[in-house]
Amino acid sequence: MAVSELVAQNVVKEFRDKKKTFLALDQIDLTVGEHEFVSLLGPSGCGKSTLLRLVAGLDKVSEGKILLRDKEISKPGRDRGVVFQQYSLLPWMHAWENVAFALKKDRTKTKQKKKELAYHFLELVGLKGFEDVYPSQMSGGMQQRVAIARALVYKPNLLLMDEPFGALDAQTRKEMQDLVLKVFTEARSSVLFVTHDVDEAIYLSDRVYVMSAKPGRMAKEINIELPKPRDWNVQLSENFLKYKREILVELQNQKKLK
Amino acid sequence: MGKLRLISASGILLVLAAWALVTYTGLVDALFLPTPTQVLLEAKKQLDDGTLFLDIEMSFYRILMGFVLSTIFALPIGVLMGTSKYWNAFWEPLVGFIRYMPAVAFIPLSILWFGTSDLQKFFIIFIGVFFQAVIMIADNCKTVKKSVVEVGLTLGLNKFEIIKDIIFRAALPSIWDTLRTIWGWAWTYLVVAELVAASSGLGFRIMQAQRYLSTETIILGILVIGILGLVTDLLFSYLAKIMFPWREREKISN
Ligand SMILES: Nc1ncnc2c1ncn2[C@@H]1O[C@H](COP(=O)(O)OP(=O)(O)O)[C@@H](O)[C@H]1O
Ligand SMILES: [Mg+2]
Repeated sequence: MAVSELVAQNVVKEFRDKKKTFLALDQIDLTVGEHEFVSLLGPSGCGKSTLLRLVAGLDKVSEGKILLRDKEISKPGRDRGVVFQQYSLLPWMHAWENVAFALKKDRTKTKQKKKELAYHFLELVGLKGFEDVYPSQMSGGMQQRVAIARALVYKPNLLLMDEPFGALDAQTRKEMQDLVLKVFTEARSSVLFVTHDVDEAIYLSDRVYVMSAKPGRMAKEINIELPKPRDWNVQLSENFLKYKREILVELQNQKKLK
Repeated sequence: MGKLRLISASGILLVLAAWALVTYTGLVDALFLPTPTQVLLEAKKQLDDGTLFLDIEMSFYRILMGFVLSTIFALPIGVLMGTSKYWNAFWEPLVGFIRYMPAVAFIPLSILWFGTSDLQKFFIIFIGVFFQAVIMIADNCKTVKKSVVEVGLTLGLNKFEIIKDIIFRAALPSIWDTLRTIWGWAWTYLVVAELVAASSGLGFRIMQAQRYLSTETIILGILVIGILGLVTDLLFSYLAKIMFPWREREKISN
């Protein structure tokens, strides 16, 4: 791992209201290397989304630092792409316009070029022929495909995804996982991926951080050394099950400590 | 759908039938309530001598001006109020206070300032609807989902672009509904203004008719106002369908 795309050092996040402060993240360290796919795994409420939002620049850290290629972040920016869990398409735009909208700030490209790029990336995520469809006409899976195309089209260095398939049915979810593997291998992006699905984390990642809740902490870091490119069969391999056991034991221990 | 239309039509027909019944049978004196025939004859008379269209034209011009003036100012102020806490802090107490002052109470003052000119009508409509419109448009913007705003942020849009390209666009259908509601209120204020001080227009015609106990003219005026209101309301919803084709589309299957 030569270059670090993302480094988080001693990140603390407190939510304050008038009555009390709530410690959501405690002393988080995290790195994502260049071209690396890293997952954050943990029980609901352990602060995965909070951490992702900090990296996205949508919230501010209470303590600590978040560095993107050695530069401290202060606000959202086009060096990062975000895919939210749901409802993130602009409903008044066709699919291709939603994708092209991500290129709005790009002054180097003509309108025609932006449209071509949008069409290209929609094809990449398997939506050829659905360019002129409104989000309200699309299923949840199709909408997430458009959201992924939108996050890819402007080639951010780091992609952040917060349980992007959480709202999808099991079958669509499988399809989307394979889509992600294919697309991100091709795009050679660095990815920080949030999920609470153990299989999904192992299947997709080069490295998995397991978090624990109350307060949100890093509990375990596991390198996933499974052959690439991966396909669905890997999920039955001995190694895969070894990782799965390791993670499940960790999560189980967390519960016992409560 | 056809069934519902039938039910809607029967509601209107029922009222018409009741009206016909009580008037043709002489149950109610024609002085108080004219028969449908008398109203139709009055309509024909006014169509022939041109007064009806002149009145409609006059009233429509006034309401349109009052409405457009109010909207031109209410739109930017409302959108900014709904998107900036500083604007909101400045305008909210002011607008919140004034909008509870009854516009009708401003009529004497308005006559003092503008006489019985068209300006006075614009002013009353403005007082009546501007402040309501501002608050409602601000609310339309405030209810835009945070998630779409954050999409804009993560794509690197600045504050102005977020307001223009995301919040305003997302709020537009509900802002349109607000304008439709406001348009209805503008009618009421127009007629009130014309009843009190005018020498033309539908409200004036109604007021003048009272002096000559010409109830058929009054009923005709009320009906015409109702029909105009209905027609413009339908126009608003028709335009909404054209402008916002992305709402309520059928799902397609992949
Ligand atoms: N804006 C906020 N204000 C107060 N508490 C919050 C806020 N956002 C999240 N939290 C709290 O922080 C904790 C972590 O939330 P979150 O990051 O959404 O967890 P996860 O995504 O892992 O399910 C939760 O207990 C949640 O209630
Ligand atoms: Mg979450």
